[in-house]
Amino acid sequence: MSTLNIAIIFPFIAAIVIPFLYNKIRKLHIGWFAMLVSFVLFIYFARYVPRIANGETFANTINWIPSYGINFTAYLDGLSLILALLITGVGTLVILYSIFYLSSKESLGRFYTYLLFFMGAMLGVVLSDNIMVLYVFWELTSISSFLLIAFWYQRKRSRDGAKKSLLITVSGGFGMLIGFIMLYIMTGTWSIREIISMAGSFTDHALFIPAMLLLLLGAFTKSAQFPFHIWLPDAMEAPTPVSAYLHSATMVKAGIYLVARFTPIFGGESIWFWLVTGVGLLTLFWGSFSAVRQTDLKAMLAYSTVSQLGMIMSMFGIGSAALHFGNSTVSVVYTQATFAALFHLVNHSTFKGALFMVVGIVDHEVGTRDLRRLGGLVTLMPITFTIAMIGSFSMAGLPPFNGFLSKEMFFTAVLTIGEAGIFSLDTWGTLLPVIAWVASIFTFVYSMIIVFQTFFGPYKEERLEHPAHEPPVGMLIAPGILALLVIGIFFFPNVLGDYILTPAMMGIFPSLPAADLSVPISAWHGFRSMELWMTIGVIIFGFALYKTRKKWAFVYKLFPEKWSFNSFYSYSLEKLEEHSTTITNSYMTGYLRDYMVYIYLFFIVAIGGTIIYTGVYAFDISGNSSVSEFEWILVLVMIIAGISVLFAKSRLTAILLNSILGYGVATFFVIFRAPDLALTQIIVETVTTVLFLVAYYFLPEWKKEDVPRKSRNVNLIISISVGIVFTVIALTVQSGKLFESISGYFENSYELAGGKNIVNSILGDFRAFDTMLEVVVLLIAGIGVYSIIKLKAKKEDESVEDQ
Amino acid sequence: MKINNVILQTVAKIVAFIILTLAVYLFLSGHNSPGGGFIGGLVLASALVLLFVVYDIEKVKNAIPVDFKKLAAFGAFLSVGTGFGSLLFGAPFLSQSFAYFDLPFFGKTELTTVTIFEAGVALVVVGVVVTIILSISEDV
Repeated sequence: MSTLNIAIIFPFIAAIVIPFLYNKIRKLHIGWFAMLVSFVLFIYFARYVPRIANGETFANTINWIPSYGINFTAYLDGLSLILALLITGVGTLVILYSIFYLSSKESLGRFYTYLLFFMGAMLGVVLSDNIMVLYVFWELTSISSFLLIAFWYQRKRSRDGAKKSLLITVSGGFGMLIGFIMLYIMTGTWSIREIISMAGSFTDHALFIPAMLLLLLGAFTKSAQFPFHIWLPDAMEAPTPVSAYLHSATMVKAGIYLVARFTPIFGGESIWFWLVTGVGLLTLFWGSFSAVRQTDLKAMLAYSTVSQLGMIMSMFGIGSAALHFGNSTVSVVYTQATFAALFHLVNHSTFKGALFMVVGIVDHEVGTRDLRRLGGLVTLMPITFTIAMIGSFSMAGLPPFNGFLSKEMFFTAVLTIGEAGIFSLDTWGTLLPVIAWVASIFTFVYSMIIVFQTFFGPYKEERLEHPAHEPPVGMLIAPGILALLVIGIFFFPNVLGDYILTPAMMGIFPSLPAADLSVPISAWHGFRSMELWMTIGVIIFGFALYKTRKKWAFVYKLFPEKWSFNSFYSYSLEKLEEHSTTITNSYMTGYLRDYMVYIYLFFIVAIGGTIIYTGVYAFDISGNSSVSEFEWILVLVMIIAGISVLFAKSRLTAILLNSILGYGVATFFVIFRAPDLALTQIIVETVTTVLFLVAYYFLPEWKKEDVPRKSRNVNLIISISVGIVFTVIALTVQSGKLFESISGYFENSYELAGGKNIVNSILGDFRAFDTMLEVVVLLIAGIGVYSIIKLKAKKEDESVEDQ
Repeated sequence: MKINNVILQTVAKIVAFIILTLAVYLFLSGHNSPGGGFIGGLVLASALVLLFVVYDIEKVKNAIPVDFKKLAAFGAFLSVGTGFGSLLFGAPFLSQSFAYFDLPFFGKTELTTVTIFEAGVALVVVGVVVTIILSISEDV
């Protein structure tokens, strides 16, 4: 077992340990343990950097379900490494920050369990080579995100936000799963590396485009792309460390990772190019446009994250055009967009992480994040202000911060792609730089709002919950480190470029020569460069719009609230619930009798129909052994008992008569030499009788039911038909051999499983998977019965929904 | 309802032990002859149910201070855990293994991993059956 697989499982194990540790150790904040886990993993991945930079990749497989080709393969290349470093690195900082952010009164055990659970799932997503395993981890990240958003589950808004994010991301995930299955149908392999090695050979397949669209659906919902972005602002109900970690630095980048990972397969296609670029640019614009009107700092950051994700997405789209030209020098020009995308991916995590933490600090110290109440904090919180300024200016694309470099590269990308002359870019190509530029202006505006509205202007202490002051030093360490990185990357971008980004480029463009993929990053392109003038334009127009923002605020009223995607979401959810309630109420009558009728009718139609349709009801009893007198007697007894149940006057009689049937079956098992079954049947019969007697106490008086003659006749027909169908099944199962016999397993059970009892060899060895799941089902049923009976909400119990 | 049934209680005291012994026997013999985790667990549960029927629930609970819900959960954990255990040895999920050992006193004995799996099954069965019967009977 390689250490790579262990690295994925490690956070899960730590997550299991945390609740126990939390109960034992109360003095030390449990977050330190979680931080240690994350930090160790960060060091572990960081040690791979030199070897990955040399072009090596690492893979290791653990067999999971080898018969279906589904194996737990951990694969580390440059692209995975970037994400893995972000997950563990930002994770460490976020946990450090959360130690000071969350008071020890919160249920910290739960929080860090979820957080490490997420970390493991996310590592699984970026390190899995097998797409089925990737899918499993993908959904695990959605689930952990759900749990973390609803961390303060007492609040209705938290629960709604959690539900929304789960509904949207998981539906996208389902689409992606179908896309994956289509990929498997086309290529016959689950391994991403093998699919990539076949890239291009199945583009004519009928499923190629559907698979691509479904895959993008998964990526877009996860990365909050337009119009699925609506879940991200609502996810901000989570504690701020969670927003900083999941909803800006890591989880929302999973969709981007997916697009990057599958670029070698789908890149070069016109649909892929236009969808990824178009949706990305639209999201970039819409996110930044919506961010400006927000009054809640965190909501503003949420929309800004949406917009930045769109920007990264569009760059990956533009970069994919390089594959259209194949293995030529022309294509290298366009790979620069992908390089910029990766660069911005890292930059965004640094500055946005710092900004989220700053907002958390402001919220924590003054008790509000409403921009209308904030102001003048610069003298009271100078360090916080410095970090906020670094983060915002980097986001706005100003030097000397890393956001400037990637923003310039973004402009380069949208400018050069117009000259590509493919995908009808001649007509539409000029639009791309325009959208990008306009969106950047809005980005500039809200970046300024974050800094100036919060930290300048009049200080209104009477409108704050607490008087403002600097937070404890511990809270400043993590955002401080990120802010230093923001500046550090600006001055030494090529260190990052050479060691981290270029190897990732090799992962995205395996077909292109590695030497051409490296892009030197420079801050200065000369006065003649278009990018510089675009940035200057952004600053001038952005500043003007910022100053006059009250004048043009009416623009936002042009879009009525009821036409938004949010209202569409709530409307469809509401209607769905309404209609399903109507439908459910129409057949859930509350009468056990009716439910039995449904079950039996379905049984008759489905099974009886199959028997008639397939024509298997012909059977031959000539080969059967003769029936002895003893067996006749038993059958007779059972028939009499069965019929007498109908005429029983009391419940007790009915129960006893029913158990005669059960014991009769057990006797048959004995006669037919099935001691295991006989034993089981007898004990089950005994225990159920006790159960009946226990429940007996609670049942109402047994009385004749007044049923109309018509429905009685219908019931008679149903019961007779069920009996006939059952008998026919029992007789026909012998008639045909549909599958090859597997009795060889059972005959050799002593050699294969070391057991002479073939029944138990089947249960515990050959079909142990069934048994395992049955045991789990049994447990769930037991817990279900217990919780339904024991945990009924009493009238005097107060509602948990207090907010 | 105060139960005071001397004969039944006296008999149950002895019978419960016989049933419990049978349960252990069935559990252990399951590999080569009739029995096994499910049956063993069920017999064990029926012994407990007998005690609950004959004596007070409170009394038995004091005598056997086991939380049967936790027992069931532990059993499921054990069963699923053996599945993952085989992964540690590089074998596919849920592979079972067996070997023969020369133990003192027992002589040549077969030890199997399936026994752990079956123990989990037995514990779930005991836990769930007792939990269900207790929660229904206590619900007044």
